[in-house]
Amino acid sequence: MPPVIEVRDLHKRYDDKIAVDDVSLTVQEGEIFGILGPNGAGKTTTVECVEGLRTPDRGEIKVLGLDPLRDRAELTRRLGVQLQAGHLPERLQVAEALELYSSFYPEPADWRGLLDGLGLADKAKTRYAKLSGGQKQRLSIALALVGSPRVAILDELTTGLDPQARRDTWDLIEGVRSRGVTIVLVTHFMEEAERLCDRLALIDAGRVVMVDTPAGLTERACAGQRIQFRPSRPMDDRLLTSLPDVSGVTRRGELVIVNGNDNALNAVTTVLARNQIVAHQLRVEQASLEDAFVRLTGKRPDPR
Amino acid sequence: MPMSASKTAERGSATWRLIKAESTLCVRDKVGPLWGIGFPLILLVILGSVSDLRTPVEGGGGLTYFDLYVPVLVLFNLAILATASLPTTLAGYRENGVLRRMRTTPVGPARVLAAQLVANFAIAVVAMVLFLGVAGFGFGVGLPEHLPGFALAWLLAAAALLAIGLLITALAPGRGPATAIGTVLFFPMMFFAGLWVPISQMPPLLRDIAHYTPLGAGMGAFQDAYQGHFPSVVPLLTLAAYAVVCASVAIRWFRWE
Ligand SMILES: Nc1ncnc2c1ncn2[C@@H]1O[C@H](COP(=O)(O)OP(=O)(O)OP(=O)(O)O)[C@@H](O)[C@H]1O
Ligand SMILES: [Mg+2]
Repeated sequence: MPPVIEVRDLHKRYDDKIAVDDVSLTVQEGEIFGILGPNGAGKTTTVECVEGLRTPDRGEIKVLGLDPLRDRAELTRRLGVQLQAGHLPERLQVAEALELYSSFYPEPADWRGLLDGLGLADKAKTRYAKLSGGQKQRLSIALALVGSPRVAILDELTTGLDPQARRDTWDLIEGVRSRGVTIVLVTHFMEEAERLCDRLALIDAGRVVMVDTPAGLTERACAGQRIQFRPSRPMDDRLLTSLPDVSGVTRRGELVIVNGNDNALNAVTTVLARNQIVAHQLRVEQASLEDAFVRLTGKRPDPR
Repeated sequence: MPMSASKTAERGSATWRLIKAESTLCVRDKVGPLWGIGFPLILLVILGSVSDLRTPVEGGGGLTYFDLYVPVLVLFNLAILATASLPTTLAGYRENGVLRRMRTTPVGPARVLAAQLVANFAIAVVAMVLFLGVAGFGFGVGLPEHLPGFALAWLLAAAALLAIGLLITALAPGRGPATAIGTVLFFPMMFFAGLWVPISQMPPLLRDIAHYTPLGAGMGAFQDAYQGHFPSVVPLLTLAAYAVVCASVAIRWFRWE
């Protein structure tokens, strides 16, 4: 089956700033494909090229076999888009916006259902300018889905949403996916990426660093485990650093902090037992996608 | 129903809904209805009650001062729509990403622009009919004697002014500058329409300039129609030239984002 989205050797610069250096991606039918990366990495620029909003300097893009620039009319009918920054007329009411947008598409979704699903039912008569940031965000998700698209590209899906609204939105997106819609998700939330995405692309400084499943990405970042404990008697760090599964040992006060791969815990507890050291306050943390992100890009994910 | 027919129906309904939405927004925006209709209407009623204005204008071809104010206020309405309502709204749409968002839909931003033009045009029609009606029934001012000539002149004036509005939108970098340019243009344009001094009373140089300004030309054509002849060629051509030139430059320079 041909991929739903195919991006090859994409390059885009603004004046003197190279936003996308060299990005290649394929997104398969029915999957949720996540795009992660630090601020300014070129995520929005990449998806806007795919949407046909920007003209790439180089490279080839196909969405459902269509060229985003040449086949605009056909593409816009089948592609739902949530822009990172996109607005509506200030005085347009929520229900008016949804009704209007649903009239643009050949086979629109039930916009009242979307209104309920996104918790906007009581805001139907509110003007756009009077919505809170999170409510605007929800409306923008609704507008991206109102045309019953085959493919949806959602830039910063849940930025600005409260935790409950975020979970509701995840449910909504899973429902949309279960109907076979292919989804591209730009996100800064590791939890969101882990929960929703089948595959992730990590983009940094305009290049794809890695494409993998969330679990695979974490594993390939070799972030492994972090073990923390208070030894029952003074001990030499070399006991642990000599272990092949341990990559580093640091101390914080009485605490010993050990970094290592997935076997590190086993190795550490064996050595401690052999030396009759008891590990008090033992804590083990499995490295998360967030650790992988930091490791692979050298940056913290945006805390928004 | 055959597929193509149902699709055409959908298309039609999208355009129609867009026009409806933009008209609603124009009314909610209040600039058009308030300054474009309400204010000149009040002015009309006040001026109609001033008996001094019922004396014929020297060189006005038998029309009184008040008679001349009726077409002046019709032009006032067009000028408000073209310099305040249309460019502020459209430049605001561009600044806020409304047009950009529309680019991702099958309808596209050009139809938003068209719907805005239609909405403003509709407000202008309502205003024109209302002003002529109030002047006629309330103050006994006859309709323009050459009605088709008046209609043609009005259509050309509306086209010229909406094109000017588009040009302001195209050239202004944002909503603020669009409003500023509109305001700066409004007063000289209204001066040359004869809002403060009837054109026939202006010094010769100003009078000559007036004939080639959009509202001065519009006024010339309206006056011809009021006096019972088909408007002369020069003002009609002047209006048409403004419409064509401003619209082409606007289309050439228009940015959607
Ligand atoms: N219209 C523009 N003109 C000039 N430079 C731009 C423009 N848009 C983006 N850039 C620059 O291109 C780079 C990539 O921007 P982009 O918006 O694609 O990043 P992003 O990965 O989406 O970031 P974020 O996580 O903050 O949304 C940034 O350095 C940005 O400053
Ligand atoms: Mg972005």
